[in-house]
Amino acid sequence: MSTKASADALPTRRASRPAGRRGQPVKPTARQQGAATPWLFLAPYLLLFGGFVVLPAVLGVWISLHSWDYTLPLKPFVGLENYVSLFRPDSTVSGPFWGSMRATGIFTLFSVPLLLTIPLAVALLMSRKFPGRNFLRAIYFAPYVLGVAVVAVLWRYLLDNNIGLVNHYLGLLGLPDDTAWTTSTPAAWVALVGVTVWWTLGFNAVIYLAALQDIPIELYEAARVDGANAWQQFVHVTIPGLKPILSFITIITLLASANMFGQSYLMTQGGPGRETRTAIYQIAETGLRNFQMGSAAAMSYVLTLFLMAVSAFVFWIFREKKESTAKEARS
Amino acid sequence: MTTVEKVDSPVSATESRPVSRRATIARVVILGSIAIAFISPIIFMVVTSFKTRAEAAGIPPTWIPNPFSLQAYESILAPGTGTPVLQWFANSMIAAALNAALVVITASLAAYPLARMHFRGKNVVFAVIVATLLVPPVILVIPNYLIVSELGWLNSLLAVIVPTAASAFGVFFMRQFFISLPVELEEAARLDGANRFIIFTRVVLPLAKPALATLALLAFLGNWNDFLWPVYVLFSPEVQTLPAGLSTLQSANAVRYDLLMAGAVVASVPVLALFVFLQRFIIEGVSRSGVKG
Repeated sequence: MSTKASADALPTRRASRPAGRRGQPVKPTARQQGAATPWLFLAPYLLLFGGFVVLPAVLGVWISLHSWDYTLPLKPFVGLENYVSLFRPDSTVSGPFWGSMRATGIFTLFSVPLLLTIPLAVALLMSRKFPGRNFLRAIYFAPYVLGVAVVAVLWRYLLDNNIGLVNHYLGLLGLPDDTAWTTSTPAAWVALVGVTVWWTLGFNAVIYLAALQDIPIELYEAARVDGANAWQQFVHVTIPGLKPILSFITIITLLASANMFGQSYLMTQGGPGRETRTAIYQIAETGLRNFQMGSAAAMSYVLTLFLMAVSAFVFWIFREKKESTAKEARS
Repeated sequence: MTTVEKVDSPVSATESRPVSRRATIARVVILGSIAIAFISPIIFMVVTSFKTRAEAAGIPPTWIPNPFSLQAYESILAPGTGTPVLQWFANSMIAAALNAALVVITASLAAYPLARMHFRGKNVVFAVIVATLLVPPVILVIPNYLIVSELGWLNSLLAVIVPTAASAFGVFFMRQFFISLPVELEEAARLDGANRFIIFTRVVLPLAKPALATLALLAFLGNWNDFLWPVYVLFSPEVQTLPAGLSTLQSANAVRYDLLMAGAVVASVPVLALFVFLQRFIIEGVSRSGVKG
């Protein structure tokens, strides 16, 4: 179809060439494509997207309405029972599920604030040009390219009770050197949060750094002329300048923390007991190890609702703050 | 904070120079020492992989292997161990390369009409694709397992190559890039009688090389490091990728940290090498992904 369209265009080209293409109106060129052309371009992607994003998103709801055991031939329709039993305290699934939601909550609550503030401090220290800056930026980013499996296996070694580097150096500093980092709480939470901060700090720092460099230097100069000290400049220039990025970085950090899986799977095996087994871990084990897919699908939608509510809340907070600082700036 | 000092401020250049030089030195020293501490776990991982079994389990931990030993590598790379690390390496390479290729091809093809053509349904398609960026991937895991199972891809590399290639981020990223290109070259080619596909492959894609390279790298890294999905869909050791394999290696050798660190090094070398040589693309890709949000 596009061949025909371009054949139509040929005479135009010959006729108009000497006059140049400046005067060419936009509309005819836009029409030179056949109606199917854009869809031919989109087809390969839409095939993947339909098959592995749209279809499963719908299929998941269907599964969650059935007692869907992957290994059994019959998958009877049970309506909302999978959802209801998640909220019934006497059911076998609700205890482990809400325990895992609690684990995800604890992890998110402690990791997100650290992952929002520490990378900002690093980015502020690196926002000015100095010798070796790009090298340092690369070092802070490096753990992120390793992937969670390497990071978790490595840190389980470093955090080993008896022969681990961490306990050894704590002992040298005169601190307790027998902490069971991966088999007792709250130490396991410190370990999981600490390792995650080490692993992903560079990712957030790089995003902050790019945003800091977009703040016009003139704003700082103007603030200085007005007599603002360093802290006031940070509060009135840097923070408002980071506003556009702040809600984005909060949301992606929040979602990443709420999706924590590998650290717990490899470092603590969800232990002690099930204390560090996160919601994702619980969903994967229920659906893909025990093959109770109906129940697991229901859990995944409940978790998703939670995440959407929290994300909406974050958006709302940032909108409120944006308005109030704008007012502040005007007054 | 010190961010706001400006070295070449025209007014106070002479007075502020010594102070800011001292501040710069302090900054380099602070950031440098933190950086050394920061990177030391990775160094210790490499160091340990060259230790003997006894030294790796010894107290106190040592920073220089004595003797320098290849035992751990010989042991994990030997055939017939039930933990075929070389096979995992090959599987990871194949999966990540093919996945990255699929992402780059499908995302750039899809992004082009969304950036440059006018057609019915364009806004709806784009909105739906972008909306899925906010869908937590967890709701896709269970149903995708069934879909992959129906396709007969369970326990095969296809399961980790194809489903994750539907990259909404890729489409979004390439569309932004195409929009930023000047339209004149494409118009000139069109007036020369080229059809849209020829324009796309001969004019647009060559201009988009940096963006394509960045997207390919991010897709490769993402696939190479993916953990949850491969752990559950690849269950035989010989079809696993390295992250799933590391999990197998860990359950088989709970406290053989020499072996585990050697396995971790094998899993890290390709991505660290890519990072060292192409870090500009990776870091800029990540920071650009943020700026647009």
